[in-house]
Amino acid sequence: MTLADVAIGTTVSVTDIVADEVLKQRLLDMGITDGAKITVRRFAPLGDPVEIVVRGCALVIRKEDATHIKVKQ
Amino acid sequence: MTQAATNLRIALVGNPNSGKTTLFNALTGTHQFVGNWPGVTVEKKEGRLKGHQDHGGSGGSGAGNVTITDLPGIYSLSPYSPEEIVARDYLLNERPDVILNIVDGTNLERNLYLTTQLTELDIPVVVALNRMDVVERDGIVIDTALLAAELGCPVIEISALKQTGLDALTATLLETACVPHTPKPLQLHAPTGTAEDIAAARYAYIDALVDRCVAPAPTDRPSISERIDAIVTNRWLAFPIFAAVIFFIYFISITTVGALLQEWVADGLFGDEWGIPALAAHLLAALGVTTWLESLVVDGIIAGVGAVLEFVPQIFMLFVFLAFLESCGYMARVAFIMDRLFRRFGLSGKSCIPIMIGTGCSVPALMASRTIENESNRRMTVMTTSFMPCSAKLPVIALISGALFGGAWWVAPSAYFVGIAAIICSGIILKKTRLFSGDTTPFIMELPDYHLPTAKAILRSTWERGWSFVKRAGTIILLAAVAIWFGANFGFTEDGFGMVAMSESLLAMLGNALAWIFAPLGWGDWRATVATLTGLVAKENIVSTFGILFNFSEVAEDGVEVWGYVAANFTALSAYSFLVFNLLCAPCFAAIATIRREMSNAKWFWFTIGYQGAFAYAMALCVYQLGTLVSTGRFTLGTVAALALVAGFLYLLTRGTEELTGEHPQHHQHGSDELMRHDRAGDQPADSTTECRFQYENQCHACRHHNLMCPGLYSKGKRTAEDTGDDDGEPDER
Ligand SMILES: Nc1nc2c(ncn2[C@@H]2O[C@H](COP(=O)(O)OP(=O)(O)O)[C@@H](O)[C@H]2O)c(=O)[nH]1
Ligand SMILES: [Mg+2]
Repeated sequence: MTLADVAIGTTVSVTDIVADEVLKQRLLDMGITDGAKITVRRFAPLGDPVEIVVRGCALVIRKEDATHIKVKQ
Repeated sequence: MTQAATNLRIALVGNPNSGKTTLFNALTGTHQFVGNWPGVTVEKKEGRLKGHQDHGGSGGSGAGNVTITDLPGIYSLSPYSPEEIVARDYLLNERPDVILNIVDGTNLERNLYLTTQLTELDIPVVVALNRMDVVERDGIVIDTALLAAELGCPVIEISALKQTGLDALTATLLETACVPHTPKPLQLHAPTGTAEDIAAARYAYIDALVDRCVAPAPTDRPSISERIDAIVTNRWLAFPIFAAVIFFIYFISITTVGALLQEWVADGLFGDEWGIPALAAHLLAALGVTTWLESLVVDGIIAGVGAVLEFVPQIFMLFVFLAFLESCGYMARVAFIMDRLFRRFGLSGKSCIPIMIGTGCSVPALMASRTIENESNRRMTVMTTSFMPCSAKLPVIALISGALFGGAWWVAPSAYFVGIAAIICSGIILKKTRLFSGDTTPFIMELPDYHLPTAKAILRSTWERGWSFVKRAGTIILLAAVAIWFGANFGFTEDGFGMVAMSESLLAMLGNALAWIFAPLGWGDWRATVATLTGLVAKENIVSTFGILFNFSEVAEDGVEVWGYVAANFTALSAYSFLVFNLLCAPCFAAIATIRREMSNAKWFWFTIGYQGAFAYAMALCVYQLGTLVSTGRFTLGTVAALALVAGFLYLLTRGTEELTGEHPQHHQHGSDELMRHDRAGDQPADSTTECRFQYENQCHACRHHNLMCPGLYSKGKRTAEDTGDDDGEPDER
């Protein structure tokens, strides 16, 4: 499962990031590391991007980028 | 190095929106703009520590001059956007004496990540734990002493907003500078392995640290920001609320309150009986000055500058609202809800911020575009932001609407509509060209908590931006007014050079020589041509030029008569075409210079200016020629040209995307951790030819070539290859 498939209000934990170096480094820097807990808070009115909470901080990320984040419940 | 003691350089480093600029203002007593969206500070700013200048450093007691540099916010030492590169490069190349790391106490985990990297730079670090007012209010308890011991650097609790803890901070900074403590080598922070391992290790360390040092808030109910967001970014309400906010702002600042105040200024200050023009005329008559001097003052300076100053109330109102929007945290939400839409036009959700600020002034708007990581998105934003009618274009809109459309309510909104349509169409057209395709850098943005801005902060920002408008009226517009008055009243006669009728003046000669260019647009009149040229100096100059060329001051009573003059020289169609051209063509000099700076590339700059001019000309031509065809049925060569333009336009809008050719070789990003690892492990011998401590190993030719100023480039190869599939012509990794 990737972060893009997670339902609103669900908390998941990161298992892997499958992306090129730039995106990966960016995500890692923002605290999306293996094992980090991510809560999906809401989708934008047009369905994309998605607002998530990582380490107590609200981030906005595009679905396209979210598909690179593998998660489990 | 006694120099270090007498000239101390402190760099203010921290995450975006952690309060750096607020602290900078508090420490230096200056007034930099503070906003509540990540990336307000896009350039470094320097200031002197308050109360610590001119001590001379004679007694050896420590600091003489203490310079503080406010850097753009960064999340880590790996840079993504140009503003982040500014910060990173400053730290690595200029090596400040002390790093003042500002850490948001309400968000320790993410903020300490940067701290763990900073403490490895071999520069003394002082941590300022900011937002302690909020931390205390929420009932969070932080063990600062333990945190300091663990991090190996002083940690001072402050509130930049409430200005508490600043004395302790200043004392610690000076102390740290005098007795450089050796930063504790943080073994944990310099692990080896993949980027994931390193980041994970850092965060694991931080997690453990935060666990021990922080007692979280007792209750965990949804915060106020969360509850506001549930409404403001709600699926059904988000767009209506956004539309309502925009409507409210422009309705209040331009039509109701602003117009009321403007009327008051126009009638009072520039009124007939007791206004400045009348008083000046009486005064000059009483002094018995020559007629030409009286004409210069009354018809030139007062008419020109006065025409512009009448708009000060509306512009101030607009800046009040924009400052409020920027400070409260709503801008980031707009970027969130608009991103999906804007991506279609080759822009990013973050382009919303420049576009909205652009309704005030294009210069700060263009600078705000720097927070956009994606290079194509950023360039597109720079190219299109100035299509938005800025506050200086308001007088022009008001003039045209008043003179030819009887002040019809729809003219002003239609100007904004034209601006937005120009942005969208340009986005769609340009996005399909080779220049803009392919680059898909990630979009990741923090949503800051909402907060109620202080009246002081809003007024300060309004005052600064508004005042620069007034200052411009007193300087550039004034000079231009004198020049235009001169050009409009002097010329060559049989007896040589002297005062002439306006139709024989120098300006008329110049205008007539160039008017043919604009004749197809319906306004091949020399006055309109001259006004357009002076509009490049500053857009409000168009009105002041008309004011002078049509003798505004004599009829300043309610402007109706100058409208009459304008009306006599334009038809509704040609006036609207004039408006469209002047809204869309190259902006004023200040904004043009900003475009040059933001593009940091001459080719792109000229492309932008050329594109804007051509687009404006084409749009104005279509408006006039097709409008003429519809209203009179006249079919001319111009109509053919307009129809051809429309056809070409439709083709450009609907055709497929141009394929990417092999221009962009694969690039790679060098994470800061990777760089540091080399540095620490010593497997990278120091290179004496470069100042930088960190070697960009394996740096490809293009990265070096671009001088690290285009982070978007790094990402081009891989992501497009992954995301667009095989048949998209992506050349890499065959
Ligand atoms: N409550 C509170 N708000 C603060 C404090 N310091 C800064 N802010 C607010 O945080 C926002 C971001 O501040 P700014 O200085 O622009 O952050 P920068 O991006 O790091 O320069 C502004 O709205 C400030 O008013 C503080 O100590 N307490
Ligand atoms: Mg700032």
